[in-house]
Amino acid sequence: MNLSAQLFTLIDFAPRLRRGLRSPAATIGASVLLIVIIVAAFAPWLAPSDPLRQDIALRLRPPGAGHWLGTDNLGRDILSRLIYGARPTLGIAALVMAAAAPIGLLIGIVAGYVGGWTERVLMRLTDIVLAFPQLVLALAFAGLLGAGTFNGALAVALTIWPSYARLARTETLSIRDSDYLAAARMLGIRSSRLLWGHVLPICLPFAHVRVALDMAATILSLSSLGFLGLGVQPPTPEWGAMVADGSKVIFDQWWVAAVPGAAILIICVAFNLLADGLRDLGDPRHG
Amino acid sequence: MMAIDCKALSADFSTRRSGTTAVLKSVQLRVMTGETFGLIGPSGCGKSTLLRILAGLHTRWRGEVSIFGQTLQPDNYPRNALLSTVQMVFQDPYASLHPRHSVGRALLEPLKVNNIPEPARRLRQALDDVGLPPSIEQRYPHQMSGGQRQRVAIARALLLRPSLLLLDEPTSALDVSVQAEILNLLNQLKARYNMTMLLVSHDAGVIAHMCDRAAVMQDGAMAQLLLREQLAIYGGT
Repeated sequence: MNLSAQLFTLIDFAPRLRRGLRSPAATIGASVLLIVIIVAAFAPWLAPSDPLRQDIALRLRPPGAGHWLGTDNLGRDILSRLIYGARPTLGIAALVMAAAAPIGLLIGIVAGYVGGWTERVLMRLTDIVLAFPQLVLALAFAGLLGAGTFNGALAVALTIWPSYARLARTETLSIRDSDYLAAARMLGIRSSRLLWGHVLPICLPFAHVRVALDMAATILSLSSLGFLGLGVQPPTPEWGAMVADGSKVIFDQWWVAAVPGAAILIICVAFNLLADGLRDLGDPRHG
Repeated sequence: MMAIDCKALSADFSTRRSGTTAVLKSVQLRVMTGETFGLIGPSGCGKSTLLRILAGLHTRWRGEVSIFGQTLQPDNYPRNALLSTVQMVFQDPYASLHPRHSVGRALLEPLKVNNIPEPARRLRQALDDVGLPPSIEQRYPHQMSGGQRQRVAIARALLLRPSLLLLDEPTSALDVSVQAEILNLLNQLKARYNMTMLLVSHDAGVIAHMCDRAAVMQDGAMAQLLLREQLAIYGGT
């Protein structure tokens, strides 16, 4: 079976989508995300002005006619920065997930299926990473690797994979001795084919939910790194860094920090709603 | 030739809490080629373990086992050589089919992995053998009844044309009217493909209906061998 056909059976999209529309939480979450993604994609057309254009004469203006969401301490239009800022915020979070989830799943599935010493070594490694507070570890990695977009993403990815490994291991353990895997082994299906085609589909629904939940956490972590100056570097607009800029003037010009803060809040809620909906749909017997 | 020949077959389960429990105690079992042999006994008597050893799923045992003259070594199974020889139908059709694989996928994959020519034709034939329409190929396990699932499981077990079919209480999870259909189907398929069957059941009626000979297992050992005539009496009571 070729890869695309296999992916198609894994995702099984159309019926899932139809059922998804029945869950209001998932629908709202997905709609909000879709809007944000469209806005990010068409940023140059949607943004009222250049997010990098400074105008010291117009600094820290409150929301109003000229600048709908006001201007920041360098006189840049906050709405434009918010719209452009969706790109690194969402893009890097997606990149982090794309790196962390497969690594975690691989480690967890191998540990759960093979067992023995392999499992012990892999899971103790996982425990060690898991034992550190996530943000502190990300800070340490980011500090070690140097500040920057890519290193920030790598730092967060390095702290997120253990939860996938644990999840995948638990799922794998629960089906390792199942009759259907025994039957598959008896028919000559083994090693990578068994893990990819038979064990992974059992872990995927939980991983989907986890990814949606972690997207929210990841955006927060990335924003925190940005806030501390270890993530995306200025002048690139990024929501976390924008909150950091605004925090200096939070008592007098609250909107500078509140607007990107609200954007982070909304996107996190949207991801959480989507995760909630996905969890309901994850059960193959559902609907 | 002897289909199954076990001598002094023993197996233990050890758990950290309760120490070692002997599940099979020096079992002797001989099954002739072409017969249906029954194993009766209460739950926990070791009959399922015996079946899993013969299937190559449980590899910690001692003693001598040979299947169609091929000697098995514990912990080192010639699985590839056994593939086309031994297959198994499991007790619970709800647990023996992958919940996320369609019938078509479940039946095609083994054919492709084992490089069997014309997999599509073999798939149609496998479904036809067990009396299922070709349209069921699209279905997932949760969209089928228990009887249909067990038919799919039987079709899957027969894909590689095994000469020995192990049946672990194949009808105990099904309701009575479906039970008879499945048992008759198994008898038909046995005749069509010249198989030897080893049937585990706690239902004496099922054993009497299906088997040429049977053994009663008790507490990990063979307690009694029943021949055809005795089986009729055993099933009647």
